[in-house]
Amino acid sequence: MSVVVDKAKCIGCGACVVECPVEALDLVDGLATVDPNKCTNCGSCVTVCPANALSLPEGAGSSATKNSDAEKGEAKEFNKSEPLPDSVKDYAKTSKKKEPVVAGGDVWSGVWVIIEYKHGEVAPVSWELLGEGRKLADAIGCDLCGVIVGQDLDPVISEAFAYGAEKVYVVDDPVLKYFRTEPYAEAITDLIRKYQPEIVLMGATAMGRDVFPAVATRMQTGLTADCTVLSIDPETKLLLQTRPAFGGNIMATIQCKKRRPQMATVRPRVMAMPERVEGRQGEIIREELGISEDEVRTKVVEFIKGDAKSIFLDKAEIIVAVGLGIGSKKNIEIAQELADVLGGTIAGTRGAVEAGWLSHDQQVGQTGVTVRPKVYIALGISGAIQHLVGMETSDFIIAVNNDPDAGIFRVANYGIVGDLFQVVPAMTQEFKKRLQHGVAK
Amino acid sequence: MHFLVCLKQVPDTSEVRIDPATNTLMREGVPSIINPYDAHALEEAIRLKEKVGGKVTIISMGPPQAKEALKKAMSFGADRAILLSDRAFAGSDSLATAYVLTVAIQKVHESDPVDLVFTGKEAIDGDTAQTGPGIAQRLGFPQLTYAIKVRDLNDGWVTVERKTEAGREVAKAMLPALITVEKELNELRYASLPNMMKAAKYEPEYWEAKSLPYDTTQLGLKGSPTSVVRIFPPPARSGGDKIDGMKDPQGAAAMVVEKMFQQNIIMTHPLAKGGKH
Repeated sequence: MSVVVDKAKCIGCGACVVECPVEALDLVDGLATVDPNKCTNCGSCVTVCPANALSLPEGAGSSATKNSDAEKGEAKEFNKSEPLPDSVKDYAKTSKKKEPVVAGGDVWSGVWVIIEYKHGEVAPVSWELLGEGRKLADAIGCDLCGVIVGQDLDPVISEAFAYGAEKVYVVDDPVLKYFRTEPYAEAITDLIRKYQPEIVLMGATAMGRDVFPAVATRMQTGLTADCTVLSIDPETKLLLQTRPAFGGNIMATIQCKKRRPQMATVRPRVMAMPERVEGRQGEIIREELGISEDEVRTKVVEFIKGDAKSIFLDKAEIIVAVGLGIGSKKNIEIAQELADVLGGTIAGTRGAVEAGWLSHDQQVGQTGVTVRPKVYIALGISGAIQHLVGMETSDFIIAVNNDPDAGIFRVANYGIVGDLFQVVPAMTQEFKKRLQHGVAK
Repeated sequence: MHFLVCLKQVPDTSEVRIDPATNTLMREGVPSIINPYDAHALEEAIRLKEKVGGKVTIISMGPPQAKEALKKAMSFGADRAILLSDRAFAGSDSLATAYVLTVAIQKVHESDPVDLVFTGKEAIDGDTAQTGPGIAQRLGFPQLTYAIKVRDLNDGWVTVERKTEAGREVAKAMLPALITVEKELNELRYASLPNMMKAAKYEPEYWEAKSLPYDTTQLGLKGSPTSVVRIFPPPARSGGDKIDGMKDPQGAAAMVVEKMFQQNIIMTHPLAKGGKH
């Protein structure tokens, strides 16, 4: 008898294949497969499987079996309302790794946040990450540092201190005036090589998602994209990087165990903004850029500022979003009227975009924009998971749908089960009445 | 010009569901499709070939079934398709995947130099957007990501419009270069009948790990620095009050609006600020 794979549960992550001391496991067509001739029933794969897809055959009792059974029981009873980081930590406690990291071990220290400065503005996610970075640095017991790459950076340096950086690494050079992958990757990689941070974070923005893969490739280390939860395992001190996977249908916690630095991009507007303390000071470390303009093979020709709807969707405070339930492009007018009275922005689901009612840059969700407005009003949206992952962190959600079982009601603070063509104009009137009479404080 | 497109066969994630009883992914019967962003990358390569002449080569890493995606891609007018398939590649993260693809591209490049590599901005099953830039780094090509328009291709430079948060950036890169693309880049074509017939007979080249000079420590799970340690369902947000608006839509609307004011949800009214948008 050998280890049993539950194919319905196996996610094909391969953790068991790496763990198996006798190379009895392999991935075949994305699923773990056991070679019964090699398997010794040692149970080590059972312990590492994140999906609880492996079990030892009946009667093959060992200490590993008992541990894993206990762990399995725990995971099976996984409670959706349980706070994430704790449950994430629970698992990692049982899967400690003995091997040291490839390069240097203890040399790698410090949490770094790459501060995105573009067109004279800092992307707010940079400050959000200094807030989150503070927690991580405290959990490890190391420094929190900011990295600013660009041109004319002095005003940004003091801001980085105000938002909590203890040290700021600066590469200030005319070649870095506009963002381009080559010189930015060069500057960041050189800093990493020289100062060896343990963790390097950046926003999952167009810039972060462009330059970080280049940096991670140069460093030959792991990079986790689009994280929504970060925490430090209390025992291993490894960074636990949690992100949506399979189109947001599951959450996956990812680690980079043996290589450094541990790198992650983090979704904007997921982490809380830290307090800004004017006048805070810290150490400034300046480095030269190791590449000249002649060596850069990309040039920025011009910049065309976007129109309001594409710029503001992820920054909008009030969003009125439509799904296929709105019925037609013309019917969007009633949503527009509600948006107008609230000063909101119109957005929609992938379905509404694919129907040609809205443009692609108005799409909220997995393949569109992630939004976190103060108020999200969902009209005729069923609430597919791909849509929910893009809006469920909104502060307050109102949903109107005629299907009482629509998934959107699971995330809505208030859901009105009804005909949106009657309810929405009524809401518009109500808001108009109150706002005109100055009821709003 | 030699255009090379990296293409991935993916499950149609909009069809993937979680089994509520077991909390596991229900993958049975989920159709496989060409990653939508890659389809637009392919479309652009074919358009450029039609404009300036040359050929289009497609490379994909995947299980043997991914052959179907390559045949489909051929029906749109590509000239050559290579499937990298080997159990040694299985479990590769984005770093290892970029390595697998790069070594294969280098082999193609040796005998038939590549001018422009296209990839989708990301694959819809992983959404990492890391493989394209990873390949560019390893090849030593400059990269332009999130292209929404190819403006110009001449004199050894390619000029594109890139999508960024603040607007469109027009940027150019010296060839050979790598471009990752958005869906807005172009409209997909339908396969022509002659191309469909050609594709039906076409068999993609099948390259295994041993046919290329791989450092095996960089492949698959062993070559992947990241590993998944846990999966779980997304945290459910608990639903709030459900109000019946069937019988009395006016009343339901008024009640919700009332509550929003009571709870100061609508407090700093945008109109008071002069309207932001």
